[in-house]
Amino acid sequence: MNVINEGIGASMRRKEDLRFISGRGHYTDDMNRPGQSHCVLKRSDRPHAIIRSIDLTAARAAPGVVAIFTHADLDADGVGGVPCGWQIHSKDGSPMVEPGHPVLATGRVRHVGDPVVAVIAETKAQAKNAAELVVIDYEDLPAVAHLNDAVKPGAAQVHEGAAGNICFDWHIGDKALVDAAFARAAKVVKLDLTNNRLVPNAMEPRAAIGDFDAMSGDFTLITTSQNPHVIRLLMGAFVLHIPEHRLRVIAPHVGGGFGSKIYHYAEEAIVTWAAGKIKRPVKWTADRSEAFMSDAHGRDHVSTAEMALDEHGNFLALRTSTLANMGAYLSTFAPAVPTYLSGTLLAGVYKTPAIYGEVKAVFTNTVPVDAYRGAGRPETTFLLERLMDVIAHDTGHDRVALRRQNFIPSDAFPYQTPVALQYDSGDYTATLNAALKASDWDGFPARRAEAAKRGKLRGIGMSTYVEACGIAPSKLVGALGARAALYEVAQIRVHPTGSVTVFTGTHSHGQGHETVFAQLVAEQLGIPFANVDVVHGDTAKIPFGMGTYGSRSLAVGGTAMVKAMDKIIAKGKKIAAHLLEASVEDIEFAGGNFTVAGTDRAKSFGEIALTAYVPHNYPIEEIEPGLEETAFYDPANFTYPGGCHICEVEIDADTGVTSVINFTAVDDVGRVINPMIVEGQIQGGVAQGIGQALLENAVYDEAGQLVSGSFMDYTMPRADDLPNISVGTETTLCTHNALGVKGCGEVGAIGSPPAVINAVVDALKDYGVRHLDMPATPQKIWAIINAAGVKLAAD
Amino acid sequence: MPSVTLTVNGKTHTVEVEGRTLLVELLREKLGLTGTHVGCDTSQCGACVVHLNGTSVKSCTTLALQADGASVVTIEGLAAADGTLHPMQEAFRENHALQCGFCTPGMVMSAIDLVMSHPQGLSESDIRHGLEGNLCRCTGYHNIVKAVAAAWPVMHGRELAPAE
Repeated sequence: MNVINEGIGASMRRKEDLRFISGRGHYTDDMNRPGQSHCVLKRSDRPHAIIRSIDLTAARAAPGVVAIFTHADLDADGVGGVPCGWQIHSKDGSPMVEPGHPVLATGRVRHVGDPVVAVIAETKAQAKNAAELVVIDYEDLPAVAHLNDAVKPGAAQVHEGAAGNICFDWHIGDKALVDAAFARAAKVVKLDLTNNRLVPNAMEPRAAIGDFDAMSGDFTLITTSQNPHVIRLLMGAFVLHIPEHRLRVIAPHVGGGFGSKIYHYAEEAIVTWAAGKIKRPVKWTADRSEAFMSDAHGRDHVSTAEMALDEHGNFLALRTSTLANMGAYLSTFAPAVPTYLSGTLLAGVYKTPAIYGEVKAVFTNTVPVDAYRGAGRPETTFLLERLMDVIAHDTGHDRVALRRQNFIPSDAFPYQTPVALQYDSGDYTATLNAALKASDWDGFPARRAEAAKRGKLRGIGMSTYVEACGIAPSKLVGALGARAALYEVAQIRVHPTGSVTVFTGTHSHGQGHETVFAQLVAEQLGIPFANVDVVHGDTAKIPFGMGTYGSRSLAVGGTAMVKAMDKIIAKGKKIAAHLLEASVEDIEFAGGNFTVAGTDRAKSFGEIALTAYVPHNYPIEEIEPGLEETAFYDPANFTYPGGCHICEVEIDADTGVTSVINFTAVDDVGRVINPMIVEGQIQGGVAQGIGQALLENAVYDEAGQLVSGSFMDYTMPRADDLPNISVGTETTLCTHNALGVKGCGEVGAIGSPPAVINAVVDALKDYGVRHLDMPATPQKIWAIINAAGVKLAAD
Repeated sequence: MPSVTLTVNGKTHTVEVEGRTLLVELLREKLGLTGTHVGCDTSQCGACVVHLNGTSVKSCTTLALQADGASVVTIEGLAAADGTLHPMQEAFRENHALQCGFCTPGMVMSAIDLVMSHPQGLSESDIRHGLEGNLCRCTGYHNIVKAVAAAWPVMHGRELAPAE
């Protein structure tokens, strides 16, 4: 037994950190291959245009140029388009409109940043110089960037095959039941709201290196990915037609993802294909301004929500209608975000008996939009939790009591919602109560009065939420339109002296998997934490895997490890039974020892490992030598973390600047393996949620130009924009995985934005504010304060 | 092509550069010191911060030629020869002040300059304002602020006087 707990529940310091604090990480752009060339992409500076001609004469003659490629070159080689991984069907049963997404634009460009020409040179500077000499003759077309404009009659058409720019018109729930409930409602509360468009902005810009071995015919792609096997699958099978055994994808140290590095991007295909053409490695690294116009963006929904209530404030039915921006092309997960990651959560934490949601997905001349931290769940949570406060505002109910009275009770689990999901566990009253206490909710009026004396408008707001993650049951998502499975894979290799290497199909890009998974394995096998190493991010090393997103790594990937370890232990028992001359049924495994039940006769894990590799005295007729097992784990359900976030703000009435004074998160993420890491994940998620609520906004002008195209004009949260973030956990266990874990990667970004806006609206309640869309910038707030012409009571 | 002579992490190098070569390009591409990162192109994110003659600078906005004759310290040069970490590195690890690690080198270099240039002490607010030139997308800064506060007494060899 370990004297010091290094296993489940210990805040072990991270194995990853030494290399990162020492500058010894190996991120993609840190790597160089012998003979490497550099690729720079000439991208469209037009939102929508016909490509009349491309003149490469001057560029080809530029110093250092190795090769220049356009769509025609890819086409001649039979290169396919970038595929979409999810197919949604419309209400009428027709499949979504799925326009081609060429690797390099052909015929037309459809958004600023659409890549047109790949210029490859000896150095990056030479490639940049040559790209400047590429002449593209465009004929501009009308463009449309904003959702409400795109669905107007006569709007510019992004794709000829998508009438009215509609990709699909989807719905969920029981319309007739909902309409009937609305007809008999005592009160209906309606809210129009926008979920602002965001740029994920992982600090490491995307990068990719393609390499080709002419002797073997093997391709290698090193890329900034959250899921190397998925990239191998999509790029190999659909784009470049390279069989899996000829394509190795490595995702080395990756500097943050937040969803934006899930997707298969054109640049990955370009460098891999080009390496094969020129028989040299090809490297591409995005500039930040290039990342702004080529990384998939997030959110960008416009919704209407209506709640029908009885005379006591009980929810009778919810009806929602959403426009979701897909951008110019369908990115890998994009169609799933507003539908199965969003519409299925419309019950939230409430027992609303009837729900109906409609979603129209819309093409625009903007960068593709896809999953960004939370993906669909922040959009629904913002809708529901803003609606809660608006209901309270319109009906005079207390906002806490209103939520409490409509909660799914803690004894109602498993709870079948009217929108497909079945929540396995949760206790929303417990997280609410803990957050109210931790934030001193009841003491707020005194703080508000004190702030007013200083000329500050103080407000407090909350959100109570649930989300669905740990994605996902393959059979279910297959029925919902996923074109891939979503199980996870673990391989546990026990070495002859008893140390262990874990190979996981998940990928760590900040989450601390090397630490958490080592804790998990150390605990289960009763061995020291230091004796476990975790390997991820290389298709040549790891059997298979679907990667990291949707807070799935521990719930799905960790459970796969438990399954593999179960096999290790079962085999170890057979070896131990042989050595101890006992029956297998009598062998118990605990604390790193195989023991004959009721005796002190035991063999340590290390002794069993050695015996497996040196099988001199071994049940060789019955079992093979060696100690290594692989498990594929496909979950039975999603996991359902939930909780309560409470935000307290002060607004400077003179400037409209909002300061977050206190932020309290109490989340139920299931069993916690490493409290320090969970806290860090939640703080980071909350920071992104506060960013969305107060600072961040991806802005396109009417003509389709991206106005917020750099860190100079897209407001990233900085250290002095954020408060300390208090994190607590209240645990109910997931009932369908062996660890009882739910996931903590996204809860911060899901729960926090409505808590912040609810606090801002509360602070502005004397100014007649009922709703405010994100981001609540000083400009917006200043305008409200000044338009109202109302003076502070304290003035 | 002009050349620059500079000392990096105690070692002197003479390197040919173009007029437009940035200090970060010299460090990463000519000297192989890839711990210094590039996270933006507008001098906003601070992933590229190094010490130039003892002061933190954004090496993406410094021409290599400007560093001629200078002494540069990068993240790779902080730990002692025997591997003993700088107190700021140790504080980042102890306080879980990093997740993906990409902003960390620049953040650590900025934090060291911040602590050294404030011998009178640093409040939480001072730390937050002092680090506003370094972006982190993972941590929400909470633990970075904690780490910097924890490193101050170690680096100055005395306890921080209580805030007024």
